[in-house]
Amino acid sequence: MYEKNGEKYFIVDSHMHYWNAAPDNWVKGAEQYAKGWIECFHAYQSLGPPETHWSIEHFQKYSEDDLMKDVFEDGHVDVAIFQPTYLKEWYAEGFNTTERNAALGEKHPGKFIANTRFDPRDGDVGLKTLQANVERYGSKGLKLYTAEWNNGSRGYKLSDPACYRYLEAAQNLGIKNIHVHKGPTIWPLDKDAFDVSDVDHAATDFPDLNFIVEHVGLPRIEDFCFMATQEPNVYAGLSVVIGGLMFARPKFFAKVMGELLFWVGEDKMTFGSDYGIWEPKWQIEGFVDWDYPGEEFSDFPRLGVAGKKKILGLNAARLYGIEVPAEYQLKDDTGGAPAEQDDAKLVDEAAPVAGA
Amino acid sequence: MTASTTAIGAGLGEQSPGPGPAGTGDTAGRPPGPPRLLDALGTVRDPELDEPITALGFVASCALSAAGDAQVRLRLPTYFCAPNFAFLMVADAYDAVAALPGVRHAEIVLEDHFASDVINGGVAAHAGFAQSFDGEAVGELHELRADFLRKAVMAGTDQVCRPLIVAGTDPARLRGMVLGDVPGSRALDRLRQRRAELGLSAGDDAPLLIDPKTGAAISDDAVPLHLRRARTTRISIESNGSICRGMLAHRYDSPGPGTEDEEDQ
Repeated sequence: MYEKNGEKYFIVDSHMHYWNAAPDNWVKGAEQYAKGWIECFHAYQSLGPPETHWSIEHFQKYSEDDLMKDVFEDGHVDVAIFQPTYLKEWYAEGFNTTERNAALGEKHPGKFIANTRFDPRDGDVGLKTLQANVERYGSKGLKLYTAEWNNGSRGYKLSDPACYRYLEAAQNLGIKNIHVHKGPTIWPLDKDAFDVSDVDHAATDFPDLNFIVEHVGLPRIEDFCFMATQEPNVYAGLSVVIGGLMFARPKFFAKVMGELLFWVGEDKMTFGSDYGIWEPKWQIEGFVDWDYPGEEFSDFPRLGVAGKKKILGLNAARLYGIEVPAEYQLKDDTGGAPAEQDDAKLVDEAAPVAGA
Repeated sequence: MTASTTAIGAGLGEQSPGPGPAGTGDTAGRPPGPPRLLDALGTVRDPELDEPITALGFVASCALSAAGDAQVRLRLPTYFCAPNFAFLMVADAYDAVAALPGVRHAEIVLEDHFASDVINGGVAAHAGFAQSFDGEAVGELHELRADFLRKAVMAGTDQVCRPLIVAGTDPARLRGMVLGDVPGSRALDRLRQRRAELGLSAGDDAPLLIDPKTGAAISDDAVPLHLRRARTTRISIESNGSICRGMLAHRYDSPGPGTEDEEDQ
């Protein structure tokens, strides 16, 4: 929790990682990709405040103790949601797998929710793995990285028939939340890999699932906004927006926030630190203090304390059925309940917190 | 770097002429050395960010030998920047440099990218995108380029219209205006150029507000949404450019020749 000016904020970090990208985990013959990936992530970290920058060695492989300190002890986070990214073509044990995350979560009951993932190109075997993961870890959410390389393929779309088969299966297993992360490659390569129209199709065809588009569709914020305004079950994941812009480019951060508040609204925006890219502490403290820097932003929607409480935790708590103590709930006179748009698809029961 | 080569480079070991092209004092009859090479590269844009690759810092170095061999090294903010846009930039750079008078041979090398070899080889062989990425692409990149030109037209619409609105023009009045009604500016030139590239009307008598897909004038009731979308598109493109600049600055110590800071920050 975080307290400022007498206001108490319940913090859900809805997008974070526990990876191993050190050379001991690089696949032989694919070292350049493993190295290129983690260096790219490290460049993102450079957009945060200098005192929060890590050496590349530390960034490649941080410890369990580092994570617990950065996220919970110093970082104000109450519940953190692991979002796995596999990349097994480049990282021998995977970059950040469901198993690795959940093993850490089991040691710290009540702190983590372990999401899992699927890759629609994995056929029947992948469906069985998905089922096993959901049963073992109680996952209510999935992270999908559409640019993952798999056996010669450079990616997939959410609207592919094979992906629909997986989404149906996931829904039948009780999954409610689909976190989507676009990347630079897809098949065929001549199309725009960052295009979000496939999310639009899937959101329409799976109205009982929530689609949280991570880093708000960056670098296609405009397409994301135009879509999200029409789809009641599409949410804006703020990972990268706060981390990448709030410190380094405050004017653009204000403009992007203004656009998101206009098109998407504070009920459908969720905070995610993207740890280990950025530590949550400065992001949360800065966001609570944040306001538009000056007159030129006067025609954007305002964001007050209630809105910040929703974005920093209450919206994600509702999507995942996380119980929030009364002292952190919005008072009746501070506006609507979080994540309460016309037909949010909420979990039937609280997502089991790993190891709880 | 040989003695007979003039070069502009960002690398520590290369000659660095400091800010601005070197040797611009005497232009009469001079060979197409690096300043003109840099001018040619300045006509190449990142299709996604709609800015010259020089201003973005994507040109690591360029050099031209006395014999007319041009060598250009390009770099991008990350190892995994989208390969289709990367291919377009390398191919466009090749075309711009090869077309310079006095250039006998052009070599464009994209460095530090997962698809460097495929892209560099494909451009050098004039192979096209689909052939270069055999089996991974079904077509060339014209459609992709046009999609992003349309975004550039939307962003440019905001760049042109916002100052008018700030100066007191009622947004509803923009609908009746033609391009010739707008005071001249760099933003207006740019908007006209992007519209012309798409084959859309760009003359003085052309409507200011058009649908970038069909070219049709925007109807009265659609003006507020059109302007809103134009602004969002501009913010998206400019924010992306801002992130790309930040990532590039982390990746490489020195700015490339021709680098310009972003306008808004």
